Amino acid sequence: MRNLGVNKWIFAVASLLSSVAAWAEYKLNLQTPHTLLGEKIYDLHTIVTIICVIIFVGVFGFMFYAVFHHRKSVGHKAAQFHENTAVEVAWTLIPFVILIALAIPATGTLITMRDTTEADITIKATGYQWKWGYDYLKGEGAGISFYSALSTPRSQIDGEDVAGRQANPHYLLETDNNVVVPVGQKIRILTTAADVIHAWYVPALSVKQDAVPGFIRDTWFKAEQPGIYRGQCAELCGKEHGFMPIVVEVMTAEKYTAWVASQQTKAVAAKVDPDKTWTLAELKTQGEKVFGQNCAACHQATGMGVPGAFPALSGSKVVNGPQQDQIKLVLNGKQGTAMNSFKHLSDVELASVITYTRNSWSNHTGEAVSPASIKAQR
Amino acid sequence: MVGGECVFLWSHAEVLLVGAMINKRANNRMMTRLSIFAAGMFGFGFLLVPFYEKICEVTGVNNLIKPAVAVVNTQVDVSRWVSMEFDANAHGLNWEFKPVQRTMKVHPGEMVQVEYDVTNKGDRATVGQAIPSYGPNHAGPFVRKLECFCFKQQLLQAGETKRMPVQFVLDGGLPADLNTITLSYTFFEVQGASLKPTKADGVNS
Amino acid sequence: MEAVHTHADHGHHDHGHDDHDHKPTGLKRWLMSTNHKDIGTMYLWFSFCMFIVGGIMALVIRSELFQPGLQIVKPEFFNSMTTYHGLIMVFGAIMPAFVGFANWLIPMQIGAADMAFPRMNNLSFWLLPPAAFLLIGAQFAPGGGAGVGWTLYAPLSTQAGPAMDLTIFAIHILGMSSIMGSINIITTLLNMRAPGMTLMKMPMFCWTWLITAYLLVAVMPVLAGAVTMTLTDRHFGTHFFNAAGGGDPVLYQHIFWFFGHPEVYIIAIPAFGVVSQVIPAFSRKPLFGYASMVYATASIAILSFMVWAHHMYTAGMPVQAQLYFMYATVLIAVPTGVKVFNWVATMWRGSLTFETPMLFALGFLFLFTLGGFTGLVLSITPVDVQLHDTYYVVAHFHYVMVAGALFSAFAGIYFWLPKWTGRMYDEKLGRIHFWLSLVFFNLTFFVQHFLGLAGMPRRIPDYALQFAEFNAISSVGAFGFGFSQLLFLYIVIKTITSGEKAPDRPWEGADSLEWTHLPSPAPFHSFVEPPVIK
Repeated sequence: MRNLGVNKWIFAVASLLSSVAAWAEYKLNLQTPHTLLGEKIYDLHTIVTIICVIIFVGVFGFMFYAVFHHRKSVGHKAAQFHENTAVEVAWTLIPFVILIALAIPATGTLITMRDTTEADITIKATGYQWKWGYDYLKGEGAGISFYSALSTPRSQIDGEDVAGRQANPHYLLETDNNVVVPVGQKIRILTTAADVIHAWYVPALSVKQDAVPGFIRDTWFKAEQPGIYRGQCAELCGKEHGFMPIVVEVMTAEKYTAWVASQQTKAVAAKVDPDKTWTLAELKTQGEKVFGQNCAACHQATGMGVPGAFPALSGSKVVNGPQQDQIKLVLNGKQGTAMNSFKHLSDVELASVITYTRNSWSNHTGEAVSPASIKAQR
Repeated sequence: MVGGECVFLWSHAEVLLVGAMINKRANNRMMTRLSIFAAGMFGFGFLLVPFYEKICEVTGVNNLIKPAVAVVNTQVDVSRWVSMEFDANAHGLNWEFKPVQRTMKVHPGEMVQVEYDVTNKGDRATVGQAIPSYGPNHAGPFVRKLECFCFKQQLLQAGETKRMPVQFVLDGGLPADLNTITLSYTFFEVQGASLKPTKADGVNS
Repeated sequence: MEAVHTHADHGHHDHGHDDHDHKPTGLKRWLMSTNHKDIGTMYLWFSFCMFIVGGIMALVIRSELFQPGLQIVKPEFFNSMTTYHGLIMVFGAIMPAFVGFANWLIPMQIGAADMAFPRMNNLSFWLLPPAAFLLIGAQFAPGGGAGVGWTLYAPLSTQAGPAMDLTIFAIHILGMSSIMGSINIITTLLNMRAPGMTLMKMPMFCWTWLITAYLLVAVMPVLAGAVTMTLTDRHFGTHFFNAAGGGDPVLYQHIFWFFGHPEVYIIAIPAFGVVSQVIPAFSRKPLFGYASMVYATASIAILSFMVWAHHMYTAGMPVQAQLYFMYATVLIAVPTGVKVFNWVATMWRGSLTFETPMLFALGFLFLFTLGGFTGLVLSITPVDVQLHDTYYVVAHFHYVMVAGALFSAFAGIYFWLPKWTGRMYDEKLGRIHFWLSLVFFNLTFFVQHFLGLAGMPRRIPDYALQFAEFNAISSVGAFGFGFSQLLFLYIVIKTITSGEKAPDRPWEGADSLEWTHLPSPAPFHSFVEPPVIK
């Protein structure tokens, strides 16, 4: 019965302190959770921390008491005891009991966290170096598919546009295409990766799951309020590891349905007519976007590259030389260098970005590269 | 030994010398044992590989590409539906790979066939190997595959499309709370392609 | 329990017996040394140099993180800095420092003339500079240093440039050095104790090294296996960690952490040993619960083999495995708690003074325990899912390794400098070093808990604006901490060159053999004949 009394007291303090969500405002605590499971995790953290603080204060209360009162300089003479079986047994068993008390609520929460069954919508998140790809596999929106890359301009990161950075509340936490989900529905996230291990992490939704190449993992969340929740890749994956964020936009059911419809229209419109002839201007416009998302990190938005590390494209022999050589290099990458293969981009995307490089900065080939030329070299 | 039992008759130097010799032998013995232990632990590191495979097999965490032992007594459990999802990925291969059916509801014990379409969009023949993965992981052992394109490497000529089946049965022992299973395949390119069957021999695609 | 008495004719005039005080001179003395004291000294100086190198790398990291934006270094160089900061500090600084202590103290504390294998001891040390050269040299390999994190996860590591091979080679060399050193230590402790010194009469420092050495022999080879597999995956066509060939990247994590978790206890347990010598000395009271300290340390060591996957909760293992590892991990808190209680109970009703060694030991006690508590928070899987790979973890391990192991090493160096050099360090300067280190350490790392809670991931060179204030504070603290260590260097050099002559036993509460039987400085050869312990 005494145990119950103590537990009640702990929970009272815990709920009082955890309701001080203001702590989250001062960024001293976990982000305010927006899922029911997240609230359980938040509370679990609060309880464990409080127990730790209590024990800490107790133990070091003794230590500091000794420091002040058992000093030689105040004349204290040393006792010579060095054993006390009863005390030693007590301070072995009591922590043991406390730990069991902690493990029990944790067990229930963990089992719930791993139960991904009966989801309403399933979305596969694929980690790339260095962006995410999303495929809506099941539920409302199935078939929607897009890449999601960091949309903060490189100039804000490199320091060219410090004012822009300082005025940007979502610096490094914004993407060109957000993951959109409806509120109140169980969303199952499958994670995998195309190259190295990444991790999908959104603190406000209390999810983190490693994305392992060649394997599928899964996790889930159910957002309780509409809103925009931002996270980042949480497993070192190379040089741009800090620059591949995740933005989850939780919408009301009606807004979500409207979004799904708009995505599907977009997809139809974007479906490439294999016979369509693209103008140089169209390719360049499209190409600039693709360049920003896929190439600028290394070759820089100025096309000047990084001397010693990444070659300049402006004035480059490859870019100004025969089309098929540049196409081959972009499709296959270059062994022994950091230049990856970009064959996962579509024919149109590759044609447009290569056209862009051949007609930008100091390059004026005047040539347009057709999607057909890309296809021919695959 | 010097002087035998009467240690107190030995000179001071002899005592020290004998002590050192005894020590040396004991020390060398200890060093040999510990070196063997260290070498053993190095081997243990490598042993962890088959160990890990065995554990995964037993717990079904990451299923190997083996066909299931033929399931006898397949009583179809019509009282229960399991929602299956099918997913496909291609790594470093210019192949288009997708499931023909994205989702399907099945009964445990029921023989199910699904198909995947794969197209070689490149201009040269390539060989690929599909590796399965399950979400959640522990669903793996309950998806008993009888026929699967993942049992063999697959050769696709340039531009060729194949429709490949997977035949499986969900084991009746599937836990009651497991109602959604994702079966995902990732195709990898087999370098230096020579068409060899993989661990499960003799199973045709 | 640790009171020792000797025969009348082996009184405090032992050093008169030593006709071996002539030592070799010049380069030969150091290159070919088979003397445990000289080798111990070399280990300590080597570890301090590596501490500075690793510290500079940390300051590069904290400089870049001082403000949002990429101002100073490129992301790939930043990743290389985080990787080698970790490798150099763990394998080049903190581990060799405690091996240095082991070399100096073990023979003296058990009454042996030297280690069991003096020539292998020499090799163990001299393998270290080439390994350090490889680690530092890897920065200059084509493509720069491997930016894969000190944990070297596959497949990032299997795809990394040539620096990765240099790093793997360095780790093999470091591993061989540790394994040989550990064989030496175990053999010495088991076979060469003075007559009458039973295992349960050994100083606690020796016990901790006995246990640590067994851990090392058991797990360093496993690390060697893991990096060898990485090497063959890179160059010899194996696919241990490659799904395309039937392998699994997560296999690497299992093998690595099977080494990695005992490794953190390999770092912590000798630190416990040092503190177990210092606290009783300055409390003028025997260590409380000697036997339970031995059992607790052994329990921690054994348990450490069974908890590795708590570093991998989000890798995708089945929930049953997560539960097992959670339960096993929280259990380690029990023996660790016992040790903390025992240290406090040692102080309780003692007669305390607070010279610099005691200050660092108390700093250890307070801050290592704090780090232990954040470890407990992390062991709870649902909470860990939020905190894994964030700065909360970075804060946790720096508390236990810096405020823990490093402070313990400082305590040990101040404690034993008089015995090693025959001179006293400057007490006033020592206290200043302590207070500066304490304040700047906490400034650097306490705020990182909040960064992790707020969601800032690890190993990123740039961060979102809400993390800016705490990062700035942390960077300031880091520079303060770094520069404070230059004061330590000054103190040590000043002691060696012009410190006040030290008495044989400057600490009245210290009672192990080196204090009761040997002069300060201890002679080049000590205990040529073993003392007899009653």
